[in-house]
Amino acid sequence: MSEKQRALEALARAQWRLALTLTAAMMAIYFGFTLLVAWAKPFLATQVAPGLSIGILLGALVIASAWGLIWVYVRWANGHYDATVTSLREPRR
Amino acid sequence: MTTSLGHPHPAAIFWFFLFVAVTLGITFWAARRTRSTEHFYTAGRRVTGLQNGLALAGDYMSAASFLGIAGLVSLSGFDGLIYSIGFLVGWPVVMFLIAEPLRNLGRYTFADVVAFRLRQVPVRIAAAIGTLAVVTFYLIAQMVGAGNLVKLLFGIPYETAIVIVGIVMMAYVLFGGMLATTWVQIVKAALLISGAFLLAGLVLARFGGNPLALFAAASDRFGAQVLGPGQLVADPLDALSLGLALMFGTAGLPHILMRFYTVPDARTARTSVTYATAFIGFFYLLTFILGFGAMVIVGPDAIKAIDKGGNMAAPLLAEAVGGTGFLGFIAAVAFATILAVVAGLTLSGAAALSHDVWVNVVRRGKAPEREQFVVARVATLLGGVASVALGIVFKGENVAYMVGLAFAIAASANFPALILSIFWRRFTTRGAQASMIVGTFSALLLIFLSPTIQVSVLGRESAAFPLKNPGLVTIPLSFLVGMLVSLLTPEREASERFAEVQRRVHLGPEAGAE
Repeated sequence: MSEKQRALEALARAQWRLALTLTAAMMAIYFGFTLLVAWAKPFLATQVAPGLSIGILLGALVIASAWGLIWVYVRWANGHYDATVTSLREPRR
Repeated sequence: MTTSLGHPHPAAIFWFFLFVAVTLGITFWAARRTRSTEHFYTAGRRVTGLQNGLALAGDYMSAASFLGIAGLVSLSGFDGLIYSIGFLVGWPVVMFLIAEPLRNLGRYTFADVVAFRLRQVPVRIAAAIGTLAVVTFYLIAQMVGAGNLVKLLFGIPYETAIVIVGIVMMAYVLFGGMLATTWVQIVKAALLISGAFLLAGLVLARFGGNPLALFAAASDRFGAQVLGPGQLVADPLDALSLGLALMFGTAGLPHILMRFYTVPDARTARTSVTYATAFIGFFYLLTFILGFGAMVIVGPDAIKAIDKGGNMAAPLLAEAVGGTGFLGFIAAVAFATILAVVAGLTLSGAAALSHDVWVNVVRRGKAPEREQFVVARVATLLGGVASVALGIVFKGENVAYMVGLAFAIAASANFPALILSIFWRRFTTRGAQASMIVGTFSALLLIFLSPTIQVSVLGRESAAFPLKNPGLVTIPLSFLVGMLVSLLTPEREASERFAEVQRRVHLGPEAGAE
């Protein structure tokens, strides 16, 4: 196996690990929220400020967390990932 | 409260004709550039990240999410927001697992990716079945929704509305292909987001620009419970099942997946998901304000008097805060939304029929370019006629469950096969076939046996299958079947060519065999 092939497989593994971790994080956040909706109705209806219930606050935070996770992925992909891809694309001398 | 909803109002007609004129102009421009099959399906692969992000948002934000969610919130408060949130969380999954590999491995359809290292014919047939099932149910929901909405908004008969939608949409796709469809999505998304933003701004202007003051007013007037969960999510298993379908279905919707072929490279695919998620998330946050705004300013009783499902909440709110001119604008935006979504769906259905079934199955991949181009348009025509026919056949039926069903099939039939083909070395032709077929038909069967059909549609006492959405069972089942069958039917060529898949997924299509 060439050195490049090994580097590519390492990159593929790193991508898979990050993708899986972030997907699991999104699932945990969203399903955590869903279970609160099912089981903790009075808690979510509590207003921390007039008009701001915990449910609305957490709901908005779920949307914000989707943005946050994407930001984490894009930062890694635009930096480390793209740099490695570029170096692997160069023709062998 | 008196409303001019349901009458052909001059402002609505003006905005509607302006939208149709502009989009047909775009179609005319695009038609002159659409000279090959490649262009027809991919707009020449020169769409930018921002453009594709808007187009993805346009394909995804249906009239159901604009009118339906605003309506649900206006009638039942917080519960409606559960949908807003569920429809967004599929996007990170598209980003992490699907967007870039799809761009690097495929040409026109998602079946290109699954069939890449497998035997073409069996995989393409199974993928086409899954795609057409998703597209059909999605289309029925959109067309029936369109007929009802246009009737409510403009007061024209249901059938006429369906035929107008069918003809205008077919003009876009047939002549302008993906280029026109993309720009229709962009115009629509820009209109929808700016319309919702303007409407939310007019609402908030009455509450000192403070959303919390609006929510507090809702709580004061209708009770604090409107800001907390009600009866929508009663059974946590039901909620999980629907959540899974929404989360993984997005990454299996053929019209969304097809968009990633319109950009030049994987990096642009990444950028476009970032923009799409930003736009869609922002839009769904606005639905919080629109829904509660309609509740406080229009009132649930006035909304239910027009349509008991609440679908007219946003247009009524527009009339209350911006007058009939603004109502006309919002009504036209809702109509544009339907047109654009239907166009995207039809194009992806046509691609499955012509590229997967005709070119790769019937003609075994050896159809000349001219023939492919003609077949693509014939398939579009068929798709357009079918969608009008479906809209008329299902008139008056309760089709609200069909979007959930389309997501469940997309998540069970398309998503597992895509993931396994991109990331798992030992995936085989038989495994792919089994995963897609079992995914499609188990979802169909369990939906049929579920309370959604048995109780809500057929009016029976109880249902054989307890969950309203089958995702919780059918998504793991499809993964399991795909893996099990693959392990039982090893395929040497498929596992040997996995290295090539990996190279292309990460380095792009230019990185040939080593």
